[in-house]
Amino acid sequence: MVREIEKTAGIPVVHIATIVPIMLTVGSNRIIPGIAIPHPLGKPGNDEEDHAARRKLCERALKAITTKIDKQTVFKE
Amino acid sequence: MKLELRQAFVRDVQWGEKTQMKEGVLFIDKADALSLLAEEKRFTHLDMDLARPGESVRIIPVKDVIEPRCKLEGKGECFPGFIGGSETVGNGATLVLKGAAVVTVGPIVSIQEGLVDMSGPGTEYNPYGATCNVCLLVQPAAGIEKKEYETALREAGIRLAWYIADKCRDAAIDRSDVYEMADSVEGKAAECGSNLPRFVYVCQAISQGLLHDTFLYGVDVKQILPTLVQPQEIMDGAMISANCVSACDKQNTFHHQNNPVVMELCARHGKDLNFLGVIVTTEMMTLVGKIRSSEYTVKLAQMLGAQVAIITEEGCGNPDTDICMNAKNLELAGIKTVVIGNEVAGQNGASQGLADVTPEMNAYVSCGNINELVELPPMKKIIGDIRAIANVSGGDEKSIGSDGTIVCEIQSIIGSTNELGCSKIGCEWI
Amino acid sequence: MKKRVVLYINQFFAGMGGEESAHIPPESKNTILGPGAAFTQAFGDEAEIVGTVICGDSYYGEHIEQAREECLKRIRAFEPDCLVAGPAFNAGRYGVACGDICTAAQRELNITAVTGWYSENPGRELYGANVFAVPTVDSARGMKDAVAKMSRLALRLMSGEPMGPAREEGYFHRGIRKNFFHEKTGAQRAIDLALQKFHGEAFQTELEMPVFKKIPPAAPVKDIKSAKIAICSSGGIVPKGNPDHIRVSSAMNWGKYDISKLDDLTPENYESIHGGYDRTWALEDPDRVLPLDEMRKLEREGAFGKLYEYACTTTGTATSVANAESFGREIGELLKKDGVDAAILTST
Repeated sequence: MVREIEKTAGIPVVHIATIVPIMLTVGSNRIIPGIAIPHPLGKPGNDEEDHAARRKLCERALKAITTKIDKQTVFKE
Repeated sequence: MKLELRQAFVRDVQWGEKTQMKEGVLFIDKADALSLLAEEKRFTHLDMDLARPGESVRIIPVKDVIEPRCKLEGKGECFPGFIGGSETVGNGATLVLKGAAVVTVGPIVSIQEGLVDMSGPGTEYNPYGATCNVCLLVQPAAGIEKKEYETALREAGIRLAWYIADKCRDAAIDRSDVYEMADSVEGKAAECGSNLPRFVYVCQAISQGLLHDTFLYGVDVKQILPTLVQPQEIMDGAMISANCVSACDKQNTFHHQNNPVVMELCARHGKDLNFLGVIVTTEMMTLVGKIRSSEYTVKLAQMLGAQVAIITEEGCGNPDTDICMNAKNLELAGIKTVVIGNEVAGQNGASQGLADVTPEMNAYVSCGNINELVELPPMKKIIGDIRAIANVSGGDEKSIGSDGTIVCEIQSIIGSTNELGCSKIGCEWI
Repeated sequence: MKKRVVLYINQFFAGMGGEESAHIPPESKNTILGPGAAFTQAFGDEAEIVGTVICGDSYYGEHIEQAREECLKRIRAFEPDCLVAGPAFNAGRYGVACGDICTAAQRELNITAVTGWYSENPGRELYGANVFAVPTVDSARGMKDAVAKMSRLALRLMSGEPMGPAREEGYFHRGIRKNFFHEKTGAQRAIDLALQKFHGEAFQTELEMPVFKKIPPAAPVKDIKSAKIAICSSGGIVPKGNPDHIRVSSAMNWGKYDISKLDDLTPENYESIHGGYDRTWALEDPDRVLPLDEMRKLEREGAFGKLYEYACTTTGTATSVANAESFGREIGELLKKDGVDAAILTST
């Protein structure tokens, strides 16, 4: 789905999910590892940590959107 | 380990004044059976019903199916961690009521279970159209947490299955099969000689959270590292299902008890292969967890001296990454692999069937495309609630016709594409 | 009663010449021409050639729509039960014409259509997903064999009997999977396969590993501070009540939801309906799957220009790749139309 959105709209699409091998296999170009399958952008347990973790991933996504890449790239930070 | 499975063939099930087996008929004392669960506060309503092969009956929504078994001789008791304690099972003699099954039926709570048809085309897709089914129907108590409800129904099903076997201890035995294999790698080599290829069975058990869990000796496998299990332990109910999603590839407790890979490998041990044992591994929800389980599995296989691994999957989607990792890592370690899985190829069959692939997974046995549509004729009697089809994966509100015909994906039929390889179903190119 | 079959061939097999006649437009003949004689023999009592339609390979290639329409008209006039085209062996233009006319005949005339080609014929890549084609060698020396296979397949298809897998029926598969029941259980098949593999014998997998398409990465956004960014998810995050009835798995549709007035997803306004993961944490706070709250804060802080007013969402579990691809195309069209500069898609 990510690949088709990117191809059709011609815009960078960042894919955030936990299972990086699948994202690589299906052809997503800008990949950010999520935290866990049921909460890819959350850290339940502590509200502060939850929001901080989510924010960090969103900021990383913004960075990935502005980074030039020539092949599939996993943004770990 | 040496385990004798003493089988009493059940050809009919009836209500009776006493729970017992008599001349191939299983009689159930309904009041006595229900009294087992009288103290269970997690249910408000309990009932039982019977379904026999050939009847115009549809059971829906099905949560689990369990084969009545209990120990006759030997240490421990079946279903260790639930009925049995923690003692190692798999030795002695176990009673199996062959041809009977306990089916737990409960209202769907945000998840999907499946259906069982006792006649018609639906019977091709699982063994339960051919078993005499004792159905346990429950309503969860108001306000009960989903986790509690699932635990309660799982435990109730196992208790009922064991109770039935326990009451039938003196049933006439129609057939006895003995599974005797040396415990150690060395012992197995002595039994088989050095020429027979050394097989290990890598059993991936789903371990992802509410209604996607498995228990081994009563331990939630989400918490374990991959571990070694002898085939006979599995026959004594060491693995219990707590997985209710995607009816088609959920492994029921019945499937675990009758694990076809275990049974086939045992049958061929000493003939054309050496069955070293089972590695039970997990399908974790994090990448780190998946890598850890795969690395650990390879290490255990190497410690056993395995040359070949049969890998089975439970579920589809992210577990496809586990089979890819296991196939790749084992092949790189010089161990030949075969994977048993299924496909999500769309209703028209034209879609790529796996969420993840790897070139090393070059020997794949497919247990069917889960999305293929099937038309199931109306049944005269519904045990459970037919409207549940709307929530069942592979169905929706439009699935039921006004006459009760169901058009749904085979995904909605319990066990239809089970990836242990129980069924003769396969998938081909057309 | 004998089944009625029309034969489609090119100028060469009609005996009208080679390249110099490749431009001839469609024509019909009541006679048996070219491979027609071999087909007649192969069909025996069960079917007969009732007419032949001929078209030059270059004519078809250069006027594909006209040629198709004209040929269809001529084929229809013979009132056939079946069309056999070619075989084309390795001739590219001929293969394309055969593939095209067979596809059209199936769709417009609702008749059985069969062709044959060499594995590398370009017609196979273009039309292989739609058409029943038998494998042939790369030249007309394989005519007898090709005709035998094509006529056998045509009769099987016309019989109305349930068909077996492509490898048994003897044609190139069309990229479609179908369930069949084998003689042995999956477990037995797996152990047999493992032993073959171990002993170094040839073995046949039941599912070949596909190669997924990759695309070149899109250019990065140059000015993030003025960028319009969309958030999307395959984690099944929808307004409470699931107004579009997106399925809990095997989704058949996706939804577009107005988030322009929302700062936060809560159990009161949103929920997760995805059936493939434990939804406990997503139900407590849907932002953990679709990060509206933090994106809204970043928007207000000026980290990027604007959050697109719609969130696009569907359920990713057991959703076929074909559906996922078409949802992706539709969402892509929407984002393009609304001038979105970048997107973030979350999956569970």
